[in-house]
This record gives sequence, structure tokens and C-alpha cells, in this order.
Amino acid sequence: MVSNMTPTESVKKGLARRYRKERRFRALGLLAVWLGFTFLVILLADITIKALPAFHQTWIKLDVYFDPEVLGFEPGRPIREEALLHADFRGVVRRSLYAMFPQVRKHRDKRKLGALVSSAAQYQVRDLLRAHPDWLGKTVPVWVRADDDVDTYLQSASLQGVAQDHRRLRDNQVAWLRELEKQGRIERRFNWLFFRSADSREPEQAGILGAVVGSFYTLLVTIALAFPLGLAGAVYLEEYAPRSRWVDLIEININNLAAVPSIVFGLLGLAVFINFFGASRSSPLVGGMVLALMTLPTIVIAARAAMKAVPPSIREAALGLGASHTQMVFQHVVPLAMPGILTGTIIGMAQALGETAPLLMVGMVAFIVDIPHSFTDSATVLPVQIYLWADSPERAFVARTSAAILVLLGFLVLMNGAAILLRKRFERKW
Amino acid sequence: MVTIMKHEESAATKVRVPLDEEESQAVETLAAPSAEAPAQSDETVGDPFVERAKMSARHVDVFYGEKQAIFDVSLDLGEHEVLALIGPSGCGKSTFLRCLNRMNDIIPECRVEGDLRLDGEDIRTRGMDPVLLRARVGMVFQKPNPFPKSIYDNVAYGPRLHGLAANRSELDEIVATSLKRAGLWGEVKDRLHEAGTGLSGGQQQRLCIARTIAVSPEVILMDEPASALDPIATAVIEELIEELRQNYTIAIVTHSMQQAARVSQRTAYFHLGKLIEVGETDRVFTNPRHPLTENYITGRIG
Repeated sequence: MVSNMTPTESVKKGLARRYRKERRFRALGLLAVWLGFTFLVILLADITIKALPAFHQTWIKLDVYFDPEVLGFEPGRPIREEALLHADFRGVVRRSLYAMFPQVRKHRDKRKLGALVSSAAQYQVRDLLRAHPDWLGKTVPVWVRADDDVDTYLQSASLQGVAQDHRRLRDNQVAWLRELEKQGRIERRFNWLFFRSADSREPEQAGILGAVVGSFYTLLVTIALAFPLGLAGAVYLEEYAPRSRWVDLIEININNLAAVPSIVFGLLGLAVFINFFGASRSSPLVGGMVLALMTLPTIVIAARAAMKAVPPSIREAALGLGASHTQMVFQHVVPLAMPGILTGTIIGMAQALGETAPLLMVGMVAFIVDIPHSFTDSATVLPVQIYLWADSPERAFVARTSAAILVLLGFLVLMNGAAILLRKRFERKW
Repeated sequence: MVTIMKHEESAATKVRVPLDEEESQAVETLAAPSAEAPAQSDETVGDPFVERAKMSARHVDVFYGEKQAIFDVSLDLGEHEVLALIGPSGCGKSTFLRCLNRMNDIIPECRVEGDLRLDGEDIRTRGMDPVLLRARVGMVFQKPNPFPKSIYDNVAYGPRLHGLAANRSELDEIVATSLKRAGLWGEVKDRLHEAGTGLSGGQQQRLCIARTIAVSPEVILMDEPASALDPIATAVIEELIEELRQNYTIAIVTHSMQQAARVSQRTAYFHLGKLIEVGETDRVFTNPRHPLTENYITGRIG
């Protein structure tokens, strides 16, 4: 001791400095939390605002005249299905538009007028006639979807200010729209189709359901493979494996596999499942198997850590009562480790739900307009759908991309909620 | 120090055997700084053998990896007696206890040598299933370790495991009897389906005893069953041990000399992995023959 202060004095002197240090550390921590929180809020707000247009769809009311001449049907006679499929319903839809704007004469303008409604309107009109064959020769008011350019224009205040060279809609089209609005023929409705259909080239017809179902099938395959295999592997390695060089090697490999870039698993899936075993490309089966490979190490590591954490006193109690090793493992260790195992599994599944790269390699990136109905149908998954839409040039797909991200985030929140619930449900105190 | 020297001399004059290095080290740690600490015999003082032995150990050595924890211990457990194993920490008494129901098997680096018998049957042969052995030789651990299940399920676990009850009412009967014997019935009979882990420490330990006797073992091994309990809970457990003696053979490891004196009929004193002295509890506590035993029970070491 160089100084001649008493211990109390030197402690006091240091105390102020210690408290300053603590305060600095706490302020830094708080700053970090707030920074993270702010970025999260900004991100979510940005996505939500961008996604909003996708949840609404502009509808236009047309007075459709089911013209027997244009359609080529004879009134009074039953309409054959084949004829229905080949009839010119597009012409019927166009003509009902032309009828509303008789002043439009030029061929070019007529085409622009026809572009106001979705190209899917003709199918909607066809389905109506199939349901009501007696409408042939009659004029019926029908609400049809507007084209995505109309939708984008009407929903975006910023677009309405710019010159027509910088937007998709011509000035005359805007004028017609205003006229329709005046007549009460334009309405905005909630876009249910977004949640009910699969992908489409036309943004106003594109929906998320195909990708959601694809993700569902894929994750079903993943969990059905990864959970039992991961649990079995973890139980064996933790409780039964003899200490040996081989087991050490396997352990090191499992730990390293968790860090392998996911696209490598995709390449492996392509080489083994598709090229070697000849499984069908783009199918949830192959995608699920690839994701299962990717998820396995996560589950094994989490399950082993959970089983290690089971107190040895419980093991001894079971063995002391005459339980065999296997009974001890399955009646005590695994049930007590279950919260941890499930948490690990759901983290792995959430990771799999958000994975894009390995699925690109097995062909799940294809453009698929049908909702998959089995494990071997061609399908795509949510993150890949987001990737596809983000790549599309139509402005309306920007909104759909953000909406799909919201849906994906929603599923992730649901899965994490399930993880918390399961953990609470299985948690036991000792 | 003077008394130690005197006793050690007398012990040394009785039998003189050459000492190995480890042994002389052990003595040194005890008798240091006295440089001329006399050697002592390898032989156990007193009589480790009884006429009606329920379990018997002969020349048992236990190794943890390279380290030897128990040196050539021979000891009998008489039928319907309580044998107290006492000694300073790390002297091998718990290790010896765990040999009796092969709990040491689950420690990978642990190796047991020697002859261990239950009713004359070798328990270390391949023919003896450790699962069956542990059903016959039950164990109560130092820390109360009820399963995170209901009180009922805790007690019913063993009988269910071994199929001891033919139906639900028989199982109920076993659970009730075991809890009554363990002196816990009155406290828990109205909440059998609440968690066993919600009980107090003393109750938990009695629950563990009830769980052990529900399997109807022949021998009960207790590894410091009262070390985590307060004096009142300890007294309850000690009364319980006295009662259990009517039906079971009990070996109890304890750090409390008073407890050993109160509950046991015979006492074995372990020191550094060796069995130093065995005898009637009254005799060992009033008239210890080995200086190490005397030092320990008079509180000079340990």
C-alpha cells in the first residue's frame, strides 16, 4: 500500500467510479435494445404499408350482354361444355365496356379501354353463364376485377400526380375511370382471392394459398422425418453410445453440420434424391427431405443439451428403484427433456419454414398456378414465392411481396407461440 | 497428540505388516507433523462378520479410473440390523454402499473388485441382473429426489415397474401402506395427486423412503438420508428407521455420530478407503479400540 488512506476511504473513492461504469454499461444495453426495437418497428411498418394495397382489390361493374351471336350459341338450346370453353367471352366483356363508352371509336383506344378490366373477367363471365344458362340473350350487371394497373393507380396517391409518360395508365384511361367512378361503377373490396388462389402472371389474380399449402406439405415431411430421427439420434448418442473415437467423430460432424450453408443441402438433395433416387422435382416430398437434413443437427444438438440438463438425481432414483436403463431413459429423461427438445424442434422448423436456397436447387422455384394436393405435386413455398414476386416487374407485385412477407411472419409468430405453449405445458419443476 | 501416539503404538505392536506407499502417505496426513508416526495394521479392528449375514462383502476394492477409493474391505450386514457407516468425507463409505446394489455400474470409470453376496448369492456375476438386484436392495439418496410426478405416482412407480399390483385397488393399497410406513400418510392422504416436489424437504425424503419400500426390498441402503433436513425432520426419519428394522436390513451412511449411535446396532468406521473398525455400536462409541476411530468419534478429526 502506497497511499495512507484507510480501506473505507479507498473503497469510497473507487465506489463512485464503479457506479459510473455500471451506469454506462446499463445505458449502452438500453441503447442496444431500443435501437433493435426501432429497426424492428421501422421494418414492420414499412412492410405493412407496402403490403396494404395487396389486401384490397378494385372492382368494376359492367352491364354484360350475353350476346348469342358473339358467343355462337343458339338461344333455347342447351349449351355444351366444350362450346363454353371455346366461346368468345372476352368479346362479350369488351363489348359491354364499349357500350358504356360509345364515343371511343379508334381501335387503339378500344384496346386501352378493354385493358381496364382484368383478363380473368372473361372466365368469371363464362362461369356465370354456366351457372345461369337462361341469361343467354339478357343484359346482367356483373362486378369484375379491375386490371392491376388500375388498382395500382387508384390506390397510389403519388402516381396520380405524375405525367402519363411515367405511369402505366394513359390519360384517356384515367378519364374513363373517373367517369365510371361517377356512375358508381367502381368499388374497392377486401381481396379474398389473395388468400384463396395460387400464383398467377396477373397480380390481381395471384394469391398466397398455393405457397402456404406447399409450405405446409413441405414442413409436414420435414417434421415427420427430422423429429423422430433427431430424437432417436440424440437419445442414442447421449444415453447409449459407448465412448469411442467413432462416436466422437460423429458428434463433431453433427455439430459442424449445423453450420453448413443451407444451399449445400439443396445440392445434396438434387444429387441424391432427384438424380439418384429419381424423386419428383419441385415436390414437397423432396423439399421436405432436404429441409429435414438441414434441421436434423439443430434438433439433435437441442435434444442432447436438454437431456444432459436432466438432474442425475432423477436418473439415480429411477435406477435405484429397479428401472432398467431404457426405462429410465424413456420414462424419466426424455419426458423431462421434452420442453427443451420441442423448443429445439420448433426453432429448427421455423428455420426450415424461412429457408429458400436449398429449395431452389430441388426445383421448388418453378412458377406453379395450381394449389398442390399431395406430397408429390409440384409446389412452391412461402419464402420462394416471396423471392419470385420480388423479381416480378409489375408494380402490383411489390404489394403482394410485402403481403406474402407478412403472411410468412405471421406463421413464424404462430410457430414460436406454439413453442412457448408446448414448453409451458411440458415444463415440470423439481 | 500424545494419546494418538500411544494408541498407534499399541495398534502397531499387534500386527506388523509392510506398508505400501499410498498407505504411509495416508497415515502421514493424519499424524503429521509427527515424523516418527508408527505404521498401523491393514486389518480391521473388531468383528466385521456376523452369524446371520444378509449381505456380505469380502476383499472389496473400488477404483475410479486409476485412483483406488476402497481398499480390501470385508464386512457383513446382519439380518434385521441397522449398520451405520461413519467416517470423514471422502473415506469411501458412500462408494461402499453403492457397491451393494451395483449403483457404481452407472459410473463409466468405476471398477469394483472382490466378492459381494446377497443371501449367499454373488451379485457381481452376469447371472445377477442389476435391475433385479436393485429391486431387492433399495436405496434412499442424500438429496431428496422425488420424481416430478404426483405423490401417488412417485410411490406407485416401483410397483408398476415390477408389476407388483394386479389391479388398481391393490396398487392403492401398496401406496397407502408404504406411505403409512414412511410416516407420511397423515400429511398427504388428502393430496395424493399433487406434485411430490411440492412437499417440504423432510416430507420429500419420507416420500422417497415410501417409494423405496413400496417395492418391498429386502435391504435398504441410505446415503446420508437426513443430511439436508432439520432436526425435527431428522428425528422423524430416525424413528422411521427404527421401525423399518423389523422388516428390513438397513445400511446407513451418516456424518452425524449421534445419529449413528441412536439408530444403529453395529457401526463401521471408514478412513481413507479402509475399514478401520467394526463393532456393536455401543461398544464402538464407548470403547473404540482403534486410535483413528477414537479420534473421529471424540471429534479430534473428521
